[in-house]
Amino acid sequence: MNGAPDAAKPSLSGRVARHAVSLLLTLLLGGFFGALLLRFGPGFDVDERDLDMRYSAQSREAIHRERAGDRNIFSFYVRYIERAAQGDFGVSRSLAVPVSELIATRAGVTTRLIGLGLAFGWTLGLGFAVASVRWRKPAVIVFSETFCGVALSLPAAVVALLVFLTAGPVSLVIGIAIFPRVFRFARDLFEKALDRPQVLAASARGVAERWIFLRYVVRPAWAPLIALAGVSVSIAFGAAIPVEVICDLPGLGQLAWKAALARDLPVLVSLTLIVTAITLAANAVADVALEAART
Amino acid sequence: MIWIRRFAVAFLGLVFALGLAADWVAPAPYARQFRAEPNAPPSREFPLGLDGLGRDRFSRLLQGTRISLLLAPAAALIAISVALLIGGSAGFLGGWWDHAAMRVTDLFLSLPWLFLFLTARAMLPLNVAPSASIVITFAMMGLLGWASSARVIRSAVPELLSSEFALYARACGCAEPRIWRRHLLPHLRVLLTAQFWILIPVFILGEASLGLLGLGVAEPLPSWGNLIRELESVPALAEYWVLAPVLLLAAVMICFQLVKTGRGVQTF
Repeated sequence: MNGAPDAAKPSLSGRVARHAVSLLLTLLLGGFFGALLLRFGPGFDVDERDLDMRYSAQSREAIHRERAGDRNIFSFYVRYIERAAQGDFGVSRSLAVPVSELIATRAGVTTRLIGLGLAFGWTLGLGFAVASVRWRKPAVIVFSETFCGVALSLPAAVVALLVFLTAGPVSLVIGIAIFPRVFRFARDLFEKALDRPQVLAASARGVAERWIFLRYVVRPAWAPLIALAGVSVSIAFGAAIPVEVICDLPGLGQLAWKAALARDLPVLVSLTLIVTAITLAANAVADVALEAART
Repeated sequence: MIWIRRFAVAFLGLVFALGLAADWVAPAPYARQFRAEPNAPPSREFPLGLDGLGRDRFSRLLQGTRISLLLAPAAALIAISVALLIGGSAGFLGGWWDHAAMRVTDLFLSLPWLFLFLTARAMLPLNVAPSASIVITFAMMGLLGWASSARVIRSAVPELLSSEFALYARACGCAEPRIWRRHLLPHLRVLLTAQFWILIPVFILGEASLGLLGLGVAEPLPSWGNLIRELESVPALAEYWVLAPVLLLAAVMICFQLVKTGRGVQTF
């Protein structure tokens, strides 16, 4: 169908550069939308210090001047990007602490939570997918389907609440959010691979079942699974918010929630940019790995 | 397994019907307080007991079912309309508009949806009338949840535009709006219906998550989200009857999955 010669395809470095440019553009766009949303949200011009009678008229005037620069969305965003490039994300209005400091102290908690959750969810999802396709025992299939169905049916916030009430490990919640996606995707891939003629031919040649499974089922499925890995980071980040809020973990998710309730502009815009960057970077790495695996 | 799907459809129909008839079926108004006995355990009069403010949990669950189940399809309808507008126009016009629309779609897809809802909800007034909070919650989900459907529609439109029946219609002198109305939209209907069914449970879960975080439907109006939030103030799980909203949510979501699987809809 596609008659383009191989020489016309971009090299790996070209593809990496294309992904990097795309990531940067989407990031700038994301930051701009975040700033736009926050700038025109109600309460933007309200400062509780206006109501504090301890401030003199001159002080209130200075506060108004300080905020006046933020009223123009473009100038606000340009100034923000300039400062962010130097590592200065501004000062949190609700907590009166530099945003970069807040993010630095909380990033570790979220990274650990998401890392453990991803490892758990992938292990569980791949394990169940292999077990249900490899052995095809009705008990395994029914159990994994039921578990998968229940995991898909409950929002991470509810699972977090149940885990919290039963004093279970919190990373379990992220794992449960990831597991059904990995399980269904991997199982479908494995089942499709099992129907390929190579599998039948290998069986007819008397190749051991375990080897057939590794060589003709698991190996071709790696590339699409890498693509799923990028998406699962985004799912894990989304699930981390209710987990951190409900289980009182001082991570980035809890910070986002607190900032949202306090309408803390610098914190929310910074977090929007960081979350966008992480998920886009994960997707870009997965895409590049997928293209590399295919070539 | 067809009987399981039939059971799922029947169960969903029953829950929808109970939600619609909540005003008649519920033993008490959702906000009425029985102040003499707050936190009362289940009894014949109150099948799920009373909450901390002395309100009948069963009545609130029925009213919450109506809000959560009836407004999620409305939000899905908004999302599908936006997706059709953005995805359809991107596929039809192509060029720079296609690139720009898909870049925005990528952005919406790359952000964790709960983060997006949280940020957008926080930008809207928090201290609003309960009825306004319903509109805000579901309209916001509808307006922000279009991205995945837009991508699907975007990839389907060019294929349909280059299909034989569209070429034939064009060769016969059909104008583009007529081709859209008479040929493309009927073919897209199956796709749009599938996306609609995919989005309903997503929005039900979205409302539950927002409600649990205190950013969904405002009290005293009940919804599944703020009913589940009551679990936060329960000592361990000794009062197991407060799990009723969680169990109902899980049952409804499982039924949606069974129905979707029966219709051949892929969720991932």
